[in-house]
Amino acid sequence: MERTSVVIQEADFDVAKEYQALRCCQANKGLSSPGAIAIFTGLVREFLPTDRHQTLTLEHYPGMAEKVIQQYINDACDRWQVDAIRVIHRIGILRPGDQIVFVGVSSSHRHAAFSACQFVMDKLKSEAPFWKKENQTWVIAQERDRNAAERWDNEP
Amino acid sequence: MPTQPINISIMYFASLSEQLGCREERITLPAQISLGELKQLLTDRGESWLALEDTNIRSALNQSFAKDQKIVADGDEVAFFPPVTGG
Repeated sequence: MERTSVVIQEADFDVAKEYQALRCCQANKGLSSPGAIAIFTGLVREFLPTDRHQTLTLEHYPGMAEKVIQQYINDACDRWQVDAIRVIHRIGILRPGDQIVFVGVSSSHRHAAFSACQFVMDKLKSEAPFWKKENQTWVIAQERDRNAAERWDNEP
Repeated sequence: MPTQPINISIMYFASLSEQLGCREERITLPAQISLGELKQLLTDRGESWLALEDTNIRSALNQSFAKDQKIVADGDEVAFFPPVTGG
């Protein structure tokens, strides 16, 4: 497995498989296994409880979306001692309960794994060019997502 | 500043592309211009194009976020889009 990867796909992903890949990723220190793995999975929320046929459509800017996420993965690798980072983001038509996004980080220590995972997710949410549409309505960007991303810029 | 004509592509995404009725176009301009000037040129097309003046609209040049002062050159890829909502 590559040390870092970004995949944007319509297909669903298997968290157990991603976890195993992170678990087996050899640290560059020659250790056989990381000491910690942090995983975040984002799911589609139910936005209209009365509508059984609700769909979430995800659009992205091909090329730039991968580039922006990779940049934040690189930043995370500079900032924390991590062994591997893997990001998967789905596009296309999804339904409530579906998996949308996966961020997995392996490291020697939990602090680095937790922090890098949250950092990549916070930055992805406020900077990576993806847009959600709930049925026919475009989702409005939230101030709190921007604040969550900006707080990392003020921390040592 | 070179005055040769430039060919560029412009992409629009999400709600913006729906408002404008356009996802992607290729245009030729008489010379290099700044991203801000390009936006001005596009808003002159008509009322729906004023959507580009919304301060929330973000711009990218060759797939990196860019400010209005950036110069757009031959072969460049420009994109305009609303605040992102992925994740």
